[in-house]
Amino acid sequence: MISRRNFLKTTAAGIAGITLPLAAFEIVDPRKLMAQEAKNPAKVRWVFLVDTYKCVGCGLCVKACKQENEIPYDANVTRTWVERYVLTKDGEISADTPKGARDGFTNSKIDLGQGKFKDIKKEDIDKAYFVPKLCNQCDNPPCVQVCPVGATYQTEDGVVLVDRKWCIGCGYCIMGCPYGVRFFHPVHHTAEKCNFCYHRISKGMKTACVDACPFGARLIGNIKDHNDPVTKIIMNERVGVLKEEYGTKPQVFYVGLSREVK
Amino acid sequence: MVHGELWTIKELFVYPNEYIYWSIQIVMYPFMTGLVAGAFVLSSLYHVFGIKQLKDMARFALVFSFALLFVAPIPIMLHLQFPFRGLEIFMTPHFTSAIAAFGVVFFTYGAIVASELWFLYRKHFVEVSLKLREKQDKTLSEWFQYLIFCSLTLGVYDISEEALHRDEKAIKILAGIGIPVACFLHGYAGFIFGSVKANALWMTPLMPVIFIMSAVVSGIALCMLTYIVTMEFKKFIASRRNEARGAFRSKEEIIGVEINVIRMTARYLVFFLVAAISLELLDLIFRTYTAVKSWDVLRSVIYERDFYDIFIMQYGIGNLIPLILFLIPGLTIRRSVLAVLLVIFGVFMMRWNVVIGGQAFSLSFAGYMHYHLPIIPHDWETFKEGLFGALSIFIMPFVLFWVIAKIFPVFPETEQTS
Amino acid sequence: MKNHVLRPLFVVMGIVALILLARLVVVPKDFGAHERGYMYGWHRKSDEQVWKDFKVKYQGKEYCQGCHTDKYDAINKTPHKIIQCENCHGPAVDHPSDPPKLEIDRSRAQCLRCHYPLPYPTSGRSKIRGIDPDKHNPDVECSNCHNPHNPMGGLK
Repeated sequence: MISRRNFLKTTAAGIAGITLPLAAFEIVDPRKLMAQEAKNPAKVRWVFLVDTYKCVGCGLCVKACKQENEIPYDANVTRTWVERYVLTKDGEISADTPKGARDGFTNSKIDLGQGKFKDIKKEDIDKAYFVPKLCNQCDNPPCVQVCPVGATYQTEDGVVLVDRKWCIGCGYCIMGCPYGVRFFHPVHHTAEKCNFCYHRISKGMKTACVDACPFGARLIGNIKDHNDPVTKIIMNERVGVLKEEYGTKPQVFYVGLSREVK
Repeated sequence: MVHGELWTIKELFVYPNEYIYWSIQIVMYPFMTGLVAGAFVLSSLYHVFGIKQLKDMARFALVFSFALLFVAPIPIMLHLQFPFRGLEIFMTPHFTSAIAAFGVVFFTYGAIVASELWFLYRKHFVEVSLKLREKQDKTLSEWFQYLIFCSLTLGVYDISEEALHRDEKAIKILAGIGIPVACFLHGYAGFIFGSVKANALWMTPLMPVIFIMSAVVSGIALCMLTYIVTMEFKKFIASRRNEARGAFRSKEEIIGVEINVIRMTARYLVFFLVAAISLELLDLIFRTYTAVKSWDVLRSVIYERDFYDIFIMQYGIGNLIPLILFLIPGLTIRRSVLAVLLVIFGVFMMRWNVVIGGQAFSLSFAGYMHYHLPIIPHDWETFKEGLFGALSIFIMPFVLFWVIAKIFPVFPETEQTS
Repeated sequence: MKNHVLRPLFVVMGIVALILLARLVVVPKDFGAHERGYMYGWHRKSDEQVWKDFKVKYQGKEYCQGCHTDKYDAINKTPHKIIQCENCHGPAVDHPSDPPKLEIDRSRAQCLRCHYPLPYPTSGRSKIRGIDPDKHNPDVECSNCHNPHNPMGGLK
């Protein structure tokens, strides 16, 4: 005869028995990690700087990015894109990004989707400008936090990458990103995102979009290096970031950011 | 074509990579998980709290919950771009993700339901396997049956009074542990959505609780429906038997049992339904009152674009009408069938409005996306992400229940007649 | 057998053991919580190298300078010096071995990226001279008359 107490006891012992081998497969030792962090802090932390005054919306960055990173050219997804904001005298904000500005902005009409366009007269415009967007390589990347299998991760130098061999394609990271930078790759079918052209920056090159920009609107730098010109601008001038309220600590900084930018 | 482009129509300012990535299968996923959890909670009401009137229903609900349990992960598997990589959730779980917990919670819950069923049906397994062991010249199917039942006994053939008494105790304990785990299973499904800070509609701490309440509602409703259908079938059989020879149970007796069980269960359903509606309304009121940055776009989605889906289909047809149907005194079987069907529909609409509604607006808060459910499938993708994929998922637990009920006889009568 | 109550628990433990064993086989050896910890750094370490080895396609104008010195020097004297060769000529990849010939984008749309007039007061775009593509010699490629390597040098 087994009493309830005995049953509970043995069950508890059984559960402990199960968890023991789990502990043997330890996932991470925080102390070891802290020690490692203290001993050799990362020397590189990639950041990005966008000057919205300089951007003319030519979209050459988007064109270069798609070809450099093998994103099918005609697929309606892109790792980076350029947005146009037009403020009219009646206080209305119009914004669009046709094809992610792959072909630039060669029309003064605002694309409203579903084949509709909005004509804005030149004299009605109060201010208008272009805002390039790309992955913010956040310090607290929510997309990485929500990946159930460890298929997306942040490298030591701050870039968030996707493991195409391990991604299960659940789309949780796409949902978790407040900036909408992620999508499913049309060919590989795994989650895809801007990774600051990791293959280029790790060779000492600049990203494809930085190289392609004729106006110097895009810059990449290492915030840990105080002599880096990009670091100097971020530290000494007034810069903004996107959607700070989400607590993601984005690392793409903007000069000339305005309240209308979504 | 890009995944999601086929069924998404964009309007105004939407970021280029935004599509409705979580479509019909993700609607089905919490819907089915909710049915699992709800059915289990219903069965536990009898085992833990000893609500005697639910005895017939309890056994039935547990078996049904077990059938549903196998179906619950299928929508999420179908939704994955790489279904077979899904096992990585067990291999390299990243527990900071709500989805990673799925493996552990689901497994724990499955183990509890399976164990409880084992204790409940142990006597039956032993009896069947002993009977088959004694039988000479077994046919191939009987050999097969014998093997299944033998392994199901897990090598225990002790069915003395004392042993059965211990089984009952174990069932009670398991049912007790099961309630919080069932709530956790579904609450965590709510957490998957509620914790997405990027989504203005989903992000609320109430989400898990709302999910649990509506889960219990839908679980009870589906159990009632299946119970009624099964009983009607029995009635039909009984009336035919009556004509042939004196039956062990008359048609009138079955009707008597049936309406009592239904009235009792309906009372619990109404209780949970009221709780679910109150929480949802609380969420809506809170959002309206605080009116944070996202409220402008949310308001236009809730009160304008999705008004019909939310207020007519979900709250009106799915909640209010069945509530009235249940509350009018003198509940009949026919009325409860209608009410129960509407309740199930209402919970489905609630899942729809959360999952699809949460993607009806752009992250820019300045644009919208419309979802067009693929109806006619012309390839695997449009099948699984379309109407027929969802219907297959919905039908699956009933088929599975039919199979499982052969091993776990659901009603005591079948045991007697067999 | 007195403790038949524990039988289901043994089954469960067996399954858990199976999963743990499968982990030993399936999980790559370099999978673990790396520099950014378990929350942000839980991954297969060798995947970082996979990304580092990704093929570079845009080589930059210095890559062109070696062979096409004349063109390089010519364009550097004009306002178009800010434009990378590959923006119009396409990514060099391993040119001249692969591809031996680059495809040049001579379309009007390419020029209009900058030269479609958008008078946006707070953007650099308003400072660039533009043409109305519907009125300014439609259906003719810009390079028929203008030399992109020497835009200020008069018409061809």
